[in-house]
Amino acid sequence: MPAADLSTTEQRQSRVILTAVVAATEAGPGDGIRLAGLAKSFRSPEGPVHAVRGIDVAIARGETVALLGPNGAGKSTTIDMLLGLAPPDEGSVSLFGRAPRAAVDAGLVGAMLQGGSLIQYLSVHELLSMIAAIYPAPLDVGEVLEQTGLRSIAGRRTQKLSGGETQRVRFALALVSNPDLLVLDEPTVAMDVEARHEFWDAMRAFAARGKTVLFATHYLEEADQNADRVVLMAHGEIVADGPPTEIKGRVGLRTIRATLPDVTADALAEVPGVARAERRGDGVLLSCSDSDRAIRALLERFPDARDIEITGAGLEEAFLALTADEPAESRA
Amino acid sequence: MKGLVYTRYELLRSFRNRRFFFFSLGFPLLFYIVIASPNRHVTDFDNSGISLPLYYMVGLASFGTMVAMISCGTRIAAERQVGWTRQLRITPLTTRAYFRAKILTAYTMSCLTIALLFLAGSSLGVSMPARYWLEMTGLILVALAPFAALGITLGHLLNIDSIAPATGGGASLLAFLGGTWFPLGHHGFLYQLGQLLPSYWLVQAGHIGLTGHAWPLRGWVTIAAWTVLLTATAVYAFRRDTKKV
Repeated sequence: MPAADLSTTEQRQSRVILTAVVAATEAGPGDGIRLAGLAKSFRSPEGPVHAVRGIDVAIARGETVALLGPNGAGKSTTIDMLLGLAPPDEGSVSLFGRAPRAAVDAGLVGAMLQGGSLIQYLSVHELLSMIAAIYPAPLDVGEVLEQTGLRSIAGRRTQKLSGGETQRVRFALALVSNPDLLVLDEPTVAMDVEARHEFWDAMRAFAARGKTVLFATHYLEEADQNADRVVLMAHGEIVADGPPTEIKGRVGLRTIRATLPDVTADALAEVPGVARAERRGDGVLLSCSDSDRAIRALLERFPDARDIEITGAGLEEAFLALTADEPAESRA
Repeated sequence: MKGLVYTRYELLRSFRNRRFFFFSLGFPLLFYIVIASPNRHVTDFDNSGISLPLYYMVGLASFGTMVAMISCGTRIAAERQVGWTRQLRITPLTTRAYFRAKILTAYTMSCLTIALLFLAGSSLGVSMPARYWLEMTGLILVALAPFAALGITLGHLLNIDSIAPATGGGASLLAFLGGTWFPLGHHGFLYQLGQLLPSYWLVQAGHIGLTGHAWPLRGWVTIAAWTVLLTATAVYAFRRDTKKV
């Protein structure tokens, strides 16, 4: 498994550095997106909260990258620093060789922030025209309305839109600027299944123009289906960085439970497809990177296993599994 | 001019907000008619040297325009509330263009208020040489500058719930102390205090109808000082607000 050799911090870091080097060589210096040693803490009544703890990410021009992680992983803080909305405590951000503010002023960045709503008393078409006029080389408003499925409600006032429609307009506002970098922070919140589908179609169509896209999500499925690469964040750190299939193998863990006395956990851990094995009385708990392979091998080696259950682990549990080998104090 | 398109839509938005538009223009006019209509023949109002219809025409124009200027803060607070200000920070729209849109919108509302009250005033017998009307309008517009800065300051310091009582109360107090509702005379505490306030000089713009000279140097200095001071607080409030995550 290529994923297995990424489990220690050093190796993860070397992987990140490697990605950075590869991106730099492919795209030339100063191109693409670069976050170097980025860190930020907040004060809280319980003491400082280390939202982001020194992350390094390099994104080549034209890549679509998902920033995946549970709530509180530091995704939004990272995006705020990337956009220049919040100054980092440490580290630096470079967007196509410029500081965030300079890149924003040059009209290179379009973003859909988390939450937020629209100003009132304008139609969807007027609001898009208002924002398009701020940019040096915007897209045609009619074209954007078409792409985002808003043509039928183009004349409607913004205060009369549903939650899902508002999200689509916010997406259209990010697109209309025709940015080189599109940043989306949890974009599909408040969208129903069909709207999500259309949303990702539009996003991929935009990315296909050679644009760079970075989106944050806590849905593994969205990251898997829509990104070229997934950067996995937990507790303000990057836990893994690689193609979706690889990340899915590590995060999309399934757990096999079975009653199987008299076999050591060590022996079970050697079963192909098993990432981690635990014994609980007569029962065993196998966290699997590939549950299909694991169940076949398990039954072959230990035919008397019974009461078998296979369950999918949530993202939270998967993150816990991924970060469990680090001392808990370092994250407190 | 790219910033101007933004300003144009800002104007469109405020005119489409019918309730705001109606109350903003309607209240000063209603007050004026209620107060001045029955007393239209009072030629020397409370020893101020000017007629009651003229006194209240300028008084209510100053009150209405003051409210119109400060309420640009209400719109800022509302935009902050829905995250719009944050959204604009990731566009190339300059801070200058953003404030220009807000201030021009407020001045447009003010001009409409002034036009409406002057029209009502002349229908109640206020008459002056054309030059005085123009100078009076010019002085009112100059005297509104500190109120624009006050509106921006409040808009960035307060949230949408607290800004309504703050602007309503603030404007009423400034109007009262500035002599909108009755002349402050020529001596005494209220007179001394009033001379330190921008609202007093706003009301004094009406005295052009009496002497042809509305503001002494002191008036210009007071307005300029308040404009500088409140612009500084507006810049501070804006910076403090946008530094927040």
